[in-house]
Amino acid sequence: MLEIVIFSTLNGILYGLLLFMLSSGLTLIFSMMGVLNFAHASFYMLGAYFAYTLGMHTGFWPALILAPLLVGGLGALVERFGLRRVHANGHVAELLFTFGLAYVIDELVQMVWGTVAVAYREPEYMREPLFTLFGTDYSIFRGVVILISILMFVALWYLLKKTRVGLMIRAALTHGEMVGHLGHNVPRLFMGVFGFGCALAGLAGVIGGPIMATEPGMAATLGPIVFVVVVVGGMGSLQGAFYASLLIGLIQTFFVAIDASVADLVNAMGANLDPYGELGRISLATLAPMTPFILLVLILIFRPRGLMGELEP
Amino acid sequence: MSQDMSVPMQPSKSRTSLRGLVPWVVFAAVLLLLPVVFQGNSTAFTLLNVIGINIVFALSYNMLLGQGGMLSFGHAVFFGLGSYAAMHAMIAIDDASYAGEGFWAHVPVVGMPVIGMIAGGLVALVLGWPFCRRAGTAFAMITLGLGEMVAAAGQMFPSLFGGEAGIYGNRMVGPQWFGLELAQSDDVYWFMAFWTFVAVFAMWAFTRTPLGRMSNAVRDNPDRLQFIGYPPRNIRFMIFIASGSFGGLAGGMAAVNYEIITPEALGLIPSGLALLMAAVGGLGVFYGPIMGAIVVTLMNSMLSDYTDASILYVGLVFLSIVMFAPRGLGGGIEQVRVAWREGDLARRLPGWLSGALAVGLIIVGMVVLVEMLFQATHGDDEFAQVLGMEFDAAALWGWLTAAVLVVLGAVIKRATNKLREDQA
Repeated sequence: MLEIVIFSTLNGILYGLLLFMLSSGLTLIFSMMGVLNFAHASFYMLGAYFAYTLGMHTGFWPALILAPLLVGGLGALVERFGLRRVHANGHVAELLFTFGLAYVIDELVQMVWGTVAVAYREPEYMREPLFTLFGTDYSIFRGVVILISILMFVALWYLLKKTRVGLMIRAALTHGEMVGHLGHNVPRLFMGVFGFGCALAGLAGVIGGPIMATEPGMAATLGPIVFVVVVVGGMGSLQGAFYASLLIGLIQTFFVAIDASVADLVNAMGANLDPYGELGRISLATLAPMTPFILLVLILIFRPRGLMGELEP
Repeated sequence: MSQDMSVPMQPSKSRTSLRGLVPWVVFAAVLLLLPVVFQGNSTAFTLLNVIGINIVFALSYNMLLGQGGMLSFGHAVFFGLGSYAAMHAMIAIDDASYAGEGFWAHVPVVGMPVIGMIAGGLVALVLGWPFCRRAGTAFAMITLGLGEMVAAAGQMFPSLFGGEAGIYGNRMVGPQWFGLELAQSDDVYWFMAFWTFVAVFAMWAFTRTPLGRMSNAVRDNPDRLQFIGYPPRNIRFMIFIASGSFGGLAGGMAAVNYEIITPEALGLIPSGLALLMAAVGGLGVFYGPIMGAIVVTLMNSMLSDYTDASILYVGLVFLSIVMFAPRGLGGGIEQVRVAWREGDLARRLPGWLSGALAVGLIIVGMVVLVEMLFQATHGDDEFAQVLGMEFDAAALWGWLTAAVLVVLGAVIKRATNKLREDQA
């Protein structure tokens, strides 16, 4: 039991950190430009595929730097030549644009890399166990992933709170026009933030690709969950996105790990549900993919502004 | 619109005028003439039936997005659940007519879209209220979550949804109405034509009701609507129910057409299809989604005969419409019509034609590029054919041609931008 709890907690935190790496970029872009980037998870997928292809030539570590840079550059181009054009037609048009972009990227990935998963793995020496607990190994790579994510967040925090660029970004979040009047190039700032957010998604792809599978469906599986994180955390709140990421990561991992059915759970609370009936038979593990959406509906009913959001969406 | 401005005090005559009937007569005539044109061609009828379903689906989606300003990523929930309800009803008819008694023994399969409509409306009624608080991004995210949740639930209750294999029925059961046996696709066509016409007319009539007008108001200025005394949330909720009902109606049509339904029909892919069709056709014009449904369905089914990248092309078309023609195909036609009426066409035509030429060149260039990319990644044994010319991915000149075409298009577009500048 203790073994399950410890490993589920570790895996849940890992998954939550990956979710936050995606949702932090999404939140930054959203609070600055008012657009939820539907293609965000597609950039995550591109990160994994780029790292796979680059990694075959350069090895893992250079690819870890290069792939996010490539994805970020691509994101900046998309903002400059696509999104900026559509901006004049309002937020719905922007959302439609990113939706179409996700569609096109998914198809292109299938065209270039094929429809089945590619063999993107972490380097051999990182598959060794970092530590062994109750006879189960925890690989070095997972430890490295957690380390990279934490370093990433410290860097992000430093960038936003301690540098001049961060000051400009924080000012542009709330008073975009005023920052423009003061002589800063706000469109270029937007482009930078969009590219940066995409690069974060790309980085999540590079380190998430070997843990989840690198296949064309990876964007479609993670995309909706990232949106749930942003809404549950409160639209535009980085802190909220952080807590929501960890919450969803832990809930989903624990649901997968616990070997029980709905009937066990309900009957433990005193109800009397047929354990072999249609509803009672469902195991918690099969419910796991649904948990983020159940959480979303609950949040929307009881606290529409999200965990830490200031405004209702 | 400009007409109304010039004579503000005159009441609109459109209700009594016979001119309003013309499109409907033409529509009915087309529906009646199509079987004559395609007689004996069962592939064409199969395609026509799918187009009928998609027209109703896209129009019902546009009640939300185009008229109510609510961007939904979960519209397939109503389509799919309507379809499931109709399928269960069909199974009930099958069982009851075997026994020869009971309520379902007297229900014709022709009426299945009504069952779908009721189911879609009920689902919207039960689920809709918490979702209609805000429009815009929040609504989009919530409906996305709803769609994912219902699709996941579909896999979990096999007795209702049939698991991954779905459930299937038989449409040739129960009492026959109007001598429709519903055996072949050309027989099903009459069923489709009838319901498409009824649904399109009903949805058009909805736009003329006070609620239909109010839905435009809630799209344009919800704050003001609140001031006047109509809570926007109530209006949105009612539009949501109406739209869900018609989505369910389309689902009922689909149940009869395919005779099988799987939980996939509830998910993001069919929801995205509705959005795609409506946006390609144009959100601001009533007949836009009809055109979009026809174009996208044709593209989906016919392009796949010529290229393996058909889905990519549909995506690219959608993307370019969002970027360059946000009013869609219908909006473009409407623009030309207004210019024609105002005698402005001759002045604007050069700008439009040169723009069309530029876009055409870019499209051909992109097609060459995509085809060669496909060839490059899937082996060299098949040549990329575009407009009868064969391109070889290994040779440089093919890539050069593509680049030249795209650049030429961009240059023409830039050079003629001035011609299009004065149009609002």
